[in-house]
Amino acid sequence: MTELVVDAQGLTRDFGSKRAVDALDLKIERSMIYGLIGPNGSGKTTAMRMLTGLLTPTEGTADVLGIRIPQRAETLKRRIGYMTQSFSHYRDLTVLENLRFAADIYGLSRRDKMRRVDDLLAHYALQGFADQLAGSLSGGQRQRLALAAAVVHKPDLLFLDEPTSAVDPESRRSFWEQLFDLVDGGVTMIVSTHFMDEAERCHKIAILDKGRKRADDAPQTLMKNIKASVVEIEGPGLRDIKHALDALKEIQSVAQIGARLRVLVDAAVSDPIATVGKAAKFNADTALELVKPNLEDVFVMATKDDPP
Amino acid sequence: MAILRKELLQLRRDRLTFGMVIMIPLIQLVLFGYAINTNVRHIPAAVVDQSDTGLSRALIQIVEATQVVEFTQRFATIEEAEIAIIRSDVRAALIIPNDLAQRVVRNPAVVGTLPSEPDRPVGRPVAQWLVDGSDTVIAASVKSLRNMPLAELFRRPANTGTPTFEVALYYNPEQRSAVNIVPGLVGIILTMTMIMFTSAAIVRETERGNMEMLINTPVKPVELMIGKIIPYIVIGFVQAAIILGLGYFIFDVPINGSLATLFLLILLFILASLSLGLVISTIAKNQLQAMQMTIFVLLPSILLSGFMFPYEGMPKAAQYIADVFPATHFVQGIRGVVLREATLAEIDVDALWLLGFTIVGVAAASLRFRKNLD
Repeated sequence: MTELVVDAQGLTRDFGSKRAVDALDLKIERSMIYGLIGPNGSGKTTAMRMLTGLLTPTEGTADVLGIRIPQRAETLKRRIGYMTQSFSHYRDLTVLENLRFAADIYGLSRRDKMRRVDDLLAHYALQGFADQLAGSLSGGQRQRLALAAAVVHKPDLLFLDEPTSAVDPESRRSFWEQLFDLVDGGVTMIVSTHFMDEAERCHKIAILDKGRKRADDAPQTLMKNIKASVVEIEGPGLRDIKHALDALKEIQSVAQIGARLRVLVDAAVSDPIATVGKAAKFNADTALELVKPNLEDVFVMATKDDPP
Repeated sequence: MAILRKELLQLRRDRLTFGMVIMIPLIQLVLFGYAINTNVRHIPAAVVDQSDTGLSRALIQIVEATQVVEFTQRFATIEEAEIAIIRSDVRAALIIPNDLAQRVVRNPAVVGTLPSEPDRPVGRPVAQWLVDGSDTVIAASVKSLRNMPLAELFRRPANTGTPTFEVALYYNPEQRSAVNIVPGLVGIILTMTMIMFTSAAIVRETERGNMEMLINTPVKPVELMIGKIIPYIVIGFVQAAIILGLGYFIFDVPINGSLATLFLLILLFILASLSLGLVISTIAKNQLQAMQMTIFVLLPSILLSGFMFPYEGMPKAAQYIADVFPATHFVQGIRGVVLREATLAEIDVDALWLLGFTIVGVAAASLRFRKNLD
């Protein structure tokens, strides 16, 4: 087993009477992108803030890069980068000034600073905007600036809090390419997201819901091991069929996607097509098909039932 | 109608604005009505009794009975009294000459008529007042004693031919109010701008989301605080230079003291104001609140610091409140340096107080500012 970058046991955090994160165990290995997947309010950001030392856990312990937090959080801060959900650099400074500021904050020497800032401008395709105010950048450009600023000190571990919630799909693609370049260089990343396509790009994910971890593994493994069969129904009267299926207890979930219904059937059911077909009382126009589960199905299954 | 209702709902939730609506008229009323008194009484004064006779002691008593002055200190020599004035421990000093008895005999305030002997000098004032004339209100109050009847001493009517006292106005003999106002204005302007600059400093980072990035970096709270203060020091000096420079060229306000002392005093005051702003900044939740709190500091600074109304004219309670504000110490100090040629040794208390205020302020701001979100 490779070295653990994050080793958290029983991390718990209460805000007043509300438990935001409940007994979270995380083991994250080096050089991978680890996704924290969950709906809003599932505790992703709270979990991240505990791992960076911004929040003190109510219970539990965590070692990040071998550093015990939150006790030694200040030591840790030199070795991690954090990219916030909303753009948190200075809009009234230029791209170049923002990067130099970040370099100064992390105490880079004058020569290192100049070289590093030049490298970053080149690598993140920001040279053309070096003297432009950060506030006037587009979403994708801002995001590249934020990433460049977050890695100015070459951190070993990078936290990205919903990094692509404000950018177009094209920028998102190239952004992930840059993340994989960083991983190739030995950086470990923790990414929070509620986009399934982003989750699928992670090496490993943990699904969080109401502060609890419901599942964690590689996305492919999770899809393979899903405890349900997926049946898609195409035809007329889909709303009626959905209501009929909702009443059955072996049907885990029914969701309409465009002109089709996606039905998750309990894995214990041996012939899911027949079960769904009987319940749907379909006519000749209706087509049923067994399809491969996707990550959203995994997510639905994981967050559906209450844990034991 | 919909807007009106929404506005009222928001106003009710905004405690600070609500507080301002109530507190500002309240504070103003109390300050103007109770604390501010242009008819100054109990001016702290010193006495140098060179004759030290029953007669001089009686004189001191009847002067004190007027309640205009209160003798808080006694000195053996005139020099000591002058230093006390420079230090602004006292605002005036009564010098009783050792030939008091002879002077009294000839003073028309006592004899009632001018002595007839032509070869003898005309009656002289029985004693002399040395007055810090920089504040015209104080000076006027002491001057009102000039023709005080000494009749009580001898039960005779007063005569105004020769004054009872000779009054020497120091520092501002022509009694121009600009002389007193210009140095004080430095204090008010700096209070306003310095506190305003920094009170918004931390809040702005939070409001714009920059704070989330900063707290994830190895920046230390003290570094952040000090880094926020330093740029504004220069701005403060520019402002002080403009006010004092224009005061010098347009209003003929002299700068009697040494520039080095002046520089140091202004530096201390700028630091104190900036650190006060920082403390506000760590308390305020947004920039509007920061602005409102700045006004809360600014109002008493203008009214109580001695800038507009003499500090001595305020009741004790108001003086204690005034002492909390850096502006009070600064206005006292800068008037000392600019008008009375005070050196650092003579404004040590005010200077130390400003220094202490700064240290406490920066420490409080750094402690209040947490790098975590607990």
